[in-house]
Amino acid sequence: MNFPLQAEKPQTLLVCAASDLTYCLEELNAAFQKAHPEITVKATLGASGNLLAQIQNGAPYDVFLSADIQYPKALIDAKAAEADSLTPYATGHLVVWTTTPGIDVKGGAGSLTADAIQKIAIANPEHAPYGRAAKAALEHLGLWEKLREKIVLGENIAQTAQFVETGNAQAGIVALSLVLSPKLANRGSYAAIPLDSYPALEQGAVITKKGGANPAAKTYLEFLKSPEARAIFDRYGFLLPEGGRAASQSKIETRESEIR
Amino acid sequence: MTFSPDLWSTVGLTLRLAFVTTGVLLILGLPLAHWLNTSRWRGVAILETLVTLPIVLPPTVIGFYLLVTFSPNHWPGQLWQSLTGHSLAFSFAGLVVGSVIYSLPFAVQPFQSALKGVPESLVEAARVSGASGWQIFRHIAFPLARRGILTGVILSFAHTVGEFGVVLMLGGNIPGVTRVASISLYDEMQKLNYPAAHGYALVLLAIAFVTILILAGLQRRADGR
Repeated sequence: MNFPLQAEKPQTLLVCAASDLTYCLEELNAAFQKAHPEITVKATLGASGNLLAQIQNGAPYDVFLSADIQYPKALIDAKAAEADSLTPYATGHLVVWTTTPGIDVKGGAGSLTADAIQKIAIANPEHAPYGRAAKAALEHLGLWEKLREKIVLGENIAQTAQFVETGNAQAGIVALSLVLSPKLANRGSYAAIPLDSYPALEQGAVITKKGGANPAAKTYLEFLKSPEARAIFDRYGFLLPEGGRAASQSKIETRESEIR
Repeated sequence: MTFSPDLWSTVGLTLRLAFVTTGVLLILGLPLAHWLNTSRWRGVAILETLVTLPIVLPPTVIGFYLLVTFSPNHWPGQLWQSLTGHSLAFSFAGLVVGSVIYSLPFAVQPFQSALKGVPESLVEAARVSGASGWQIFRHIAFPLARRGILTGVILSFAHTVGEFGVVLMLGGNIPGVTRVASISLYDEMQKLNYPAAHGYALVLLAIAFVTILILAGLQRRADGR
């Protein structure tokens, strides 16, 4: 047996991430751990707004993956994050989703007006980027006032999906990344909401002030840009921001028809 | 610190939920307490345990089971839907159901000890004089046990105002229907809107303080101090 003269210091990395990454992050972190067994990654999920508030109040996360790139930018402005670490990693997509038998959402957001749909779950627009985007899309499509009475709010996008998954809400507007996850794929049916009906859900990662002192944080962000991580992001419907709108739109629609 | 009209309507809804829940607990809890006190059935210990459980149970456990059991995918949820016309989740009635379970021990335990304090001899004497069960309760048990009953009422009221986890899982955050004050405080904090959060926190603190102060006053009077 060989004993190294100097034992390598075990490194721990605390990552907090938007809950649209709920399933994707498990795969990302497993791949990261494989490549960097010396680093232990601990992940926390939540609504991006919530995580932002926690970091501003001294939460000990090293890396923040936000569903809205404005939040990491706000942290940088407040000198609570490393300015040069801002990394756009994906664009999020909204889909209308149902698991309730007999409910048809093929028509996208327009099908939500059906009487059989009593409750529509969206994430809380006050602090969840997907909720804000969902509200913007419904307003853009002239449906917000019509659907207002049916809307229920999830604390974050994962709880929103759970409301739909359990059938308590007959339909919902959720993240494409969640319905593409192995856990929820083949549950019910979904249809994309056109990208031009809501402001782009540009997602970005940042190293916090505290993470600046942790070399593992930099390693993690480098990993997020690797082809391996890209392949995982891609499988969950997260497309690179520079992929362009037209390209990503066609990609979602293909995926949709594959599942049907 | 700000006190917006939203704050007052949310606090109003919270108090309404607490009043309705307490009313239901009074109607259900008194007979239940009496039955638990007097039953000779062997399984009564299990039932007593179930009633006490919410004291130690994480509210998320209650929220989780209610959400899953009463989802329209399962028969209890379908039954509820056919009776009420809407799902249990995301409704005021659903929150009442959750709150009744959540606050059950805070009503039933004081009720039980209050009713235990009623001398058996008085009840016996009334019975041989031909008084009905209702008359015994109305004229003997209730007046003698009223302080303990009031304790149960105040505790379950305060506990329901302080509810958070069950509502977060079951409510769907609908203004005027399921958005209670503790949820609004949480939302305002996440929006980094500290002045509004302070408003909610202070009002909730004041309600809790006043309720417990009343309770303490009653206790002192009962002790003859």
